[in-house]
Amino acid sequence: MIDFATSSARFGLGARPDDARGSNVRRALLDQFDRYKPAPAAFASAPTRTSVTTGLMEYLDQTQAYRRQVAGNGSPAAAMAMDANGAPTGETVQQALRASRKYAGETARVEYTALVGARANAALQTPAPFVERLVHFWANHFAISIDKLPVIAMGGLLEVEAIRPHVLGKFGDMLLAVEQHPAMLLYLDQAQSIGPDSRVGQAIAARGRRKAGLNENLAREIMELHTLGVRTGYTQADVTEFARAMTGWSVAGLTRGAAGRFLGIDGTPGNFVFAAPVHQPGERVIMGKRYAESGEAQARSVMNDLARHPATAMHIATKLARHFAGDAPPETLVDRLSKSFLATGGDLPSLYRVLIDAPELHGVGPAKFKTPWDWSISALRAVGTRQVEGQAVAGLMNQLGQPVWKPGSPAGFDDKDASWAGPDALLRRVEAGSRIATRAGGAAFDVRALAATVLPGGGSAATLTAIARAESPVEGLSLMLVSPEFMRR
Amino acid sequence: MLDFPVGRRGVLGSGLAGAGIAALPGIAFAAVATERRLVFVIQRGAADGLNIVMPTGDPGFAAARGSLAIPGGTKLDAMFTLHPALVETAKLYAGKEALFAHAVASRYRDRSHFDGQNVLETGGTQPYQLKDGWLNRFLALLPKAQSDAIAISSTIPAALRGKVEVASYAPSTLPDAPDDLLLRVSAMYASDPQLHRLWAQAMATRSMTGDLSDAGGKNAAATGALAARLLTGPSTRIAMIETGGWDTHAQQQGRLTAQLRGLDAMLAALKTGLGSQWANTLVIVATEFGRTVAVNGTGGTDHGTGSAAMLLGGCVAGGRVVADWPGLSGANLYEGRDLKPTLSLDSFIGAALAQHYGLDPVRVRDALFPDETGAKFGETLVRS
Repeated sequence: MIDFATSSARFGLGARPDDARGSNVRRALLDQFDRYKPAPAAFASAPTRTSVTTGLMEYLDQTQAYRRQVAGNGSPAAAMAMDANGAPTGETVQQALRASRKYAGETARVEYTALVGARANAALQTPAPFVERLVHFWANHFAISIDKLPVIAMGGLLEVEAIRPHVLGKFGDMLLAVEQHPAMLLYLDQAQSIGPDSRVGQAIAARGRRKAGLNENLAREIMELHTLGVRTGYTQADVTEFARAMTGWSVAGLTRGAAGRFLGIDGTPGNFVFAAPVHQPGERVIMGKRYAESGEAQARSVMNDLARHPATAMHIATKLARHFAGDAPPETLVDRLSKSFLATGGDLPSLYRVLIDAPELHGVGPAKFKTPWDWSISALRAVGTRQVEGQAVAGLMNQLGQPVWKPGSPAGFDDKDASWAGPDALLRRVEAGSRIATRAGGAAFDVRALAATVLPGGGSAATLTAIARAESPVEGLSLMLVSPEFMRR
Repeated sequence: MLDFPVGRRGVLGSGLAGAGIAALPGIAFAAVATERRLVFVIQRGAADGLNIVMPTGDPGFAAARGSLAIPGGTKLDAMFTLHPALVETAKLYAGKEALFAHAVASRYRDRSHFDGQNVLETGGTQPYQLKDGWLNRFLALLPKAQSDAIAISSTIPAALRGKVEVASYAPSTLPDAPDDLLLRVSAMYASDPQLHRLWAQAMATRSMTGDLSDAGGKNAAATGALAARLLTGPSTRIAMIETGGWDTHAQQQGRLTAQLRGLDAMLAALKTGLGSQWANTLVIVATEFGRTVAVNGTGGTDHGTGSAAMLLGGCVAGGRVVADWPGLSGANLYEGRDLKPTLSLDSFIGAALAQHYGLDPVRVRDALFPDETGAKFGETLVRS
């Protein structure tokens, strides 16, 4: 049986000096299922769907209005911007567009920062750190990257609205919540996908003005990243058919007024909407199975099957095992996870129980080099921090190379040691450790006692000696935070 | 380098931290009875008093120290020579504005930095026996107008913790990761193949120097100038400065020289910045304990007992070294290895403070070092 601090590092987010500690670490992990809060206090004042999307929709609206003016004027450089009443504002359309974009970007970054702070504070304060770790795991599995303006504030929203409520539910329910979330629909361009034979598709074709059609981006990533996994037997034809089934899955309010009604995307701005006028009509055949035309339900049925597919079970089992057991997880563990996934129809707590009971995860040696997020959160927890500023965390994560919700691709951040264990990364971590220790203040702790409490196994002799020999409490605290056993979990 | 706000923020600390330097409503400051100012510089890591104020008149010194018994420096008296890096400090000594005490120690007699610093800062006899710091208790003895204190660091150090509110201020120019920490990380990673390899690569591009020596002492000078600026403002009268990098277990000669250059620059910047107020200022420099008399196998010295302390300032009765020199021959060493302490650091600090502020020395001693039973310190250290 591993000790509390080892269990906290491996399964949770790292030990805190003020943790309530039971003697049975397995029991303590299981109990967290009852203590987890989908909407903890840390998120109480964080930006919501309404606040994020209202501003965004106004920005998109304005952009479209300006673009129409440019189109009407012919010369973009000379086109003058007009206000809502048609009066000239004194700036060119291009200037107005730029200003509008700048404002929207700044607003979104403020919201992003607030959500980063809420995420970190939830991780520092949670009574269920194992479940919080799993929230972070799934948010990275269903990653969006906040690389384009409309989704800057939405990485956080996706996690709050689609991951947190389902982390102790069924995989299929989480999958559906993610794929219907505006963050994902916008990030992977689903909202722009139009069935060529849909009412809208045909109308556009008849006018011959511009090309409109399928966008396969989201359909492909669902199969490749979210469910089955790459090279698991599906074909390009399956992707295309799935993309056709998904047409109509969109975000309300992207276009307003008559055009919005025409596209079928009027409704509460920012919410998921099924836009029947852009849905490709007809039966679809995906991986040999027929899906009758049923509007929104058609893609839903496909996802339901994907969520229970053996390839999906293997994909999820491998990723989960790797997250806890290291780069090359034991096949025995992957196998048990995969079997549990299939037997329970993707019941997530059942998977977590397999992990908790896995003898492979109760060995002594650490299996993983912590990611910057893991390390930062565990460091803040180890020095007893309960509250941090979003700006501070966002800056720290940028510097350590893992900007929150910005992995740069829908594949998410890599979960392998080599991605994080580098010379410069290590140096930055030591610098950050020194900062965190300085901020915490050495005088507040007996560092030797703290190290024995929060380091896995109570700390190695070498580490405890280094800490005891430090020339000041702050230096001792810094050494504790960058010690070999604190770098890994 | 990092955007993490520690050190980038202006005023940190607890409670009303910052009020001391920021909140200055338009109050007309009445002239107080005295304009006395105090700076406490703590040398964390056990500064090697034997190499700072070198007992070159003791034949045991050259014998024990070998190559660390460096030539040159400023002759202070028949026994002592000041380390050659302390150029400006030597000028203060010549102008009778610097006084050194040798073979001093707090009442702590083990060799743990944490415990030693805790005793030095709290003024107790045992580590963690007292919860507040002697400097904070001292503030309570002073009139309000003189007790406004600030720590030049991002958190309040133990010596300044206690009932009286104090501010703290972390200048953004402080180094991000002290080089001493980097050295210790190197040692800690030595037996971990993966981290050792990564760390060696990371360190390949970095030079190793002591904290106070960063940027050729510029940071230390900036810290001194900052403290002087605060102390010449309308309210702050007491400041504490933390310095690290004194734990010279290896290659002491180069590291200590760099450290002392930094300290020298800091003291010079304090004097320059304080201008005419230097005449009203007392600077106390002290460390938790000293280092072994003998040189170890890596060109450094290990944790010891007796060390040296400094008083500097325009009102210091300086130009001399206060010491009841115990000698460095084997039989005279504490536990056969360390400079034997013959002077209580607590008494020394208590007497200097009482004289500086014209307070009853027994009252000061009882408040600051409640268990100190030693004889009252008789010499004049600070001119009233």
